[in-house]
Amino acid sequence: MTARLLPPDDDPIRPAAPRAIRIAIDGEPAEGVAGQTIAGVVLGSGRLNWRRTSVAGSPRGLFCGIGVCFDCIVTVNGERDVRACQRRATDGDVVETQHDVLPEVAE
Amino acid sequence: MTVLVIGGGPAGLAAAVSARRRGVPVVLVDSSDQLGGQFWRHLPDERPAAHPERMQHGWSRYERLTGELTADDGCEILTETQVWAIERFDEGRSTIAAHLVTGPADGTDRPKRTIRADALVLAPGAHDRTLPFPGWDLPGVFTAGAAQAFAKAERVALGERVVIAGAGPFLLPVAASVAKTGSRVLAVYEASRVRSLAAGWLPKPWRLVGAAGKAAELAEYAAGHVRHRIPYRTGHAVIAAQGDGRVEAVTIARLAADWSPIAGTERTIEADAVCVSHGFTPRLELPIAARCEIGADRFVVTDAGQRTSVPGVFAAGEITGIGGVDAALAEGAIAGHCAAGGEAGDAEIRAAVRSRRVFDDFTGRIEAAHGIRPGWTGWLTDDTVVCRCEEVPYGRLRSVASASSSASLRALTLGTRAGLGICQARICGRTVEDLAQRASGCALDGTTLDRRPIASPIRLGELAADDAPRGARTDLPPTGAHQDAHGRAEQEGAHGRTEQEGAHGRTEQEGAQWRTEQKGAHGCTEQEDAHGRTEQEGAHGRTEHEGARGRTEQEGAHGCTERKDDNT
Amino acid sequence: MPADVVIVGAGIVGAACARALAQSGLSVTIVDRGAASSGTSAHGEGNLLVSDKGPGPELDLARYASTLWPTCAEELADELGPEFPSIEYERKGGIVAATLPEGAEPLLSFAESQRDAGVDARPIGIDDALELEPDLNPALTAVVHYPEDAQVQPVIATDALLASARRHGATVRLGEEVVGALRGADGRLTGVRTTRGDVAAGAVLVAAGPWTGDVTRALGTPLPVLPRRGMVLVTTRMPHRIRHKVYDGDYFAATQSADAALQTSAVVESTAGGTVLIGSSREQVGFDARLRVDVLREVAGKALRLFPFLTGMSVMRSYAGFRPYMPDHLPVIGPDHRDPGLWHASGHEGAGIGLSLATARFIADRMLGTPLAMDDAPFLTTRDSLRPYLEVAR
Repeated sequence: MTARLLPPDDDPIRPAAPRAIRIAIDGEPAEGVAGQTIAGVVLGSGRLNWRRTSVAGSPRGLFCGIGVCFDCIVTVNGERDVRACQRRATDGDVVETQHDVLPEVAE
Repeated sequence: MTVLVIGGGPAGLAAAVSARRRGVPVVLVDSSDQLGGQFWRHLPDERPAAHPERMQHGWSRYERLTGELTADDGCEILTETQVWAIERFDEGRSTIAAHLVTGPADGTDRPKRTIRADALVLAPGAHDRTLPFPGWDLPGVFTAGAAQAFAKAERVALGERVVIAGAGPFLLPVAASVAKTGSRVLAVYEASRVRSLAAGWLPKPWRLVGAAGKAAELAEYAAGHVRHRIPYRTGHAVIAAQGDGRVEAVTIARLAADWSPIAGTERTIEADAVCVSHGFTPRLELPIAARCEIGADRFVVTDAGQRTSVPGVFAAGEITGIGGVDAALAEGAIAGHCAAGGEAGDAEIRAAVRSRRVFDDFTGRIEAAHGIRPGWTGWLTDDTVVCRCEEVPYGRLRSVASASSSASLRALTLGTRAGLGICQARICGRTVEDLAQRASGCALDGTTLDRRPIASPIRLGELAADDAPRGARTDLPPTGAHQDAHGRAEQEGAHGRTEQEGAHGRTEQEGAQWRTEQKGAHGCTEQEDAHGRTEQEGAHGRTEHEGARGRTEQEGAHGCTERKDDNT
Repeated sequence: MPADVVIVGAGIVGAACARALAQSGLSVTIVDRGAASSGTSAHGEGNLLVSDKGPGPELDLARYASTLWPTCAEELADELGPEFPSIEYERKGGIVAATLPEGAEPLLSFAESQRDAGVDARPIGIDDALELEPDLNPALTAVVHYPEDAQVQPVIATDALLASARRHGATVRLGEEVVGALRGADGRLTGVRTTRGDVAAGAVLVAAGPWTGDVTRALGTPLPVLPRRGMVLVTTRMPHRIRHKVYDGDYFAATQSADAALQTSAVVESTAGGTVLIGSSREQVGFDARLRVDVLREVAGKALRLFPFLTGMSVMRSYAGFRPYMPDHLPVIGPDHRDPGLWHASGHEGAGIGLSLATARFIADRMLGTPLAMDDAPFLTTRDSLRPYLEVAR
């Protein structure tokens, strides 16, 4: 567990007191603070990966952090392909990780 | 007339202000729910910082620009708004239509709006170019931009033992940001060697006179006099990452001048986060959709007024050349002024024109010093993933390129799916083009992977829907978490930031149209990113306590923090 | 030493012809002004359909082609080995649906006429349709299942045919544009002049798709092929939910229409890569490839009538292609009676991918003097329906 949210008391930029929010990732609760992106909440909870690739099932999480690589996509409240690094988390969000296997070709 | 500005980073903000000063209505669009782009990425409204300037550069400029725009009824600001397509027509009062969709990122049923623009300023910016290496697809390997974004806008540290690598001046402010988030930065590895840095940065030093003090800083870099406890090693690269399901260690090697790894110089260090960037790729899909001429250097061609080859379309910032914030601000001011009917020779933008000349010069220097050299493929193995989205390894690209009769980039991409995945070649495109070029000599079909008529994903239901009725509020997204920019400015004022700036002893002299900052005793500007200039905050005598963890940070002359408890 | 045949155009039709001719022992040179498969072949969907054709010569040609594909796919795989990407040939079957009450009767009658012509066209009830395609809109008014419809990856297929042609001795010259004809003293065609030199050949076969008009004009014997633009949307990868090629009953009306104005109909299918391709549109706008949002909006709306669940799926890409359109709606395959030595293999409109193999066989059989599998008269330049549109050769 290596990624983490900097505690506000230790933070030289003095962020305002955060309001806690809770989301569910594949049914498991994760806590964050209001204003974070879903990726921020997930990373802050110590998790580095939340998707598996289609061909090799390799783990992926955050890569570019600015919304261009689409590695971090999750399903949020039923919406597929949401970039976790771009979508602000809302209290109660239901997040499901994606692992989209390729179609099997009918012979 | 109305000027449509796409992109709310430094270039777009400067353009909007500039156009408004000519009294022309402006619509400013940005995909984020905040203005500032990547350079001024900051904490969200829900937990604003009391001292954002401690993670930022030129924050006062950001506040002035956004303050002016949000107080101005003549500027309509559309945040959380994606431009998903640009159409070109042959006829009509305006030949450009911008298709917008507003709402939470990757939402559904978001309202759409079409703007037929009289004048369009394109300032969408750039994103990291990261060359592939074995293990770069492991969780825990990020771009340098991700580290910066998450340090500034989330206050999330991506790891405890962080390696920063790649090429270009951007690595240094990233190291600083990461260190300020409490992580230990083990080292910064710059692929270019000292000699090439000197060759890039030092020629014609008189051209740097307009940027007081920069020459001295750059000479120090070139001479390797970087006095801090984060090692900055030139001529080195991360050539592999290893770990079980996530990065646990990296292999570092020395590089030859052509960036090929030197056998026998490899060593392994443990790391839990690796942040890599080898430069920047401009975001060209919008200028290409508008049919702007793209030069052989792969940037938008502009004239002295920042005009593109398309009448009524202007370009500013990183899409005209990777020049960093100063160039972006200067170009944006000129673009906005001319888009609003002004001329490049007008007095109002004379300072910006001067500034542009100085800072555009940096673009060439950065490329000469830090540009990618061809030997980098020496660190690839056949298994190294090149296209991350479609998981296409290097070996497959090579074998399909040689088996194909087509000598065509399209055959290579359709035969391997490289570049056809969800990121639409943003990450791998330049690399796949490079490898295709080497394999088959040339891409005869004239395709480029920068072309994306669908500039941003849109849901089929949204595509099928009509535009939102005029007058509907498309500038406020449906989520409750957003505050508009006006509200934010008020909050920031309440934290007394202006007082902080006064205490640093900086003076500001403002030109009629365009502000320059005269620096304090150190003669150095507060700029970061592509120009690699330092934070002189240490010399201002600021010390930052990090509270409970008992570490102090003093920022040394080159912008990297020093820890007094431990270091590499 | 002149080649036996010079083929102009390295799209799928040219490539298929090159392979068939080279395999038969003829010396073949193929030229293209760009890269191979850089034109229409790279901008369609890879349709191998019988379902969209009413009784007539084009349907017969499609049925013939449909018998050639499975063997060809196997041969190419064997010949080129596992390193070469798969051409993704899949006989996935087609489902055609009427979305409106007034569309049901025309669709069912059309299917009956196709059955009479030998097509396996099976009207099915909505329950059976939902068995085959669970995500179909249950409010469809009529559905016909065509098990014979198939799909292929067209660029890989072109590339494979070309690679095979090369293995059989064909010469491929890319980045070379035809600018005129080589003619003997008697005026007979003896090859082509290109931007890189002359290519002497006993026969010149033009397989330049929608650019056939330009090429044949340069040669002095114009053929009235026009471009007909189509646009395709591509979604992000999603779990596999669409199993067939599914389209609404407007498709065949659009292909047969001579209207230059926009015609759209929904065509939806998934690919081996997990994405969903959504078409289709037809317009005559020259070679204008610019994005048209109004066209995409119309196509998207019709696709949602077939598969409502698509509303939440993301479009990540769109592209436009130009079909080679003949004024009498039939391809031109065979010798040009106006200009001995000039041959044609073009004008396939939206069916070129599928028809390429049958076209290649006709050309080869004609050139070699071997018997054709079916009557090719409807496709020759001498057909009555083409007469009003043909200019006499220079």
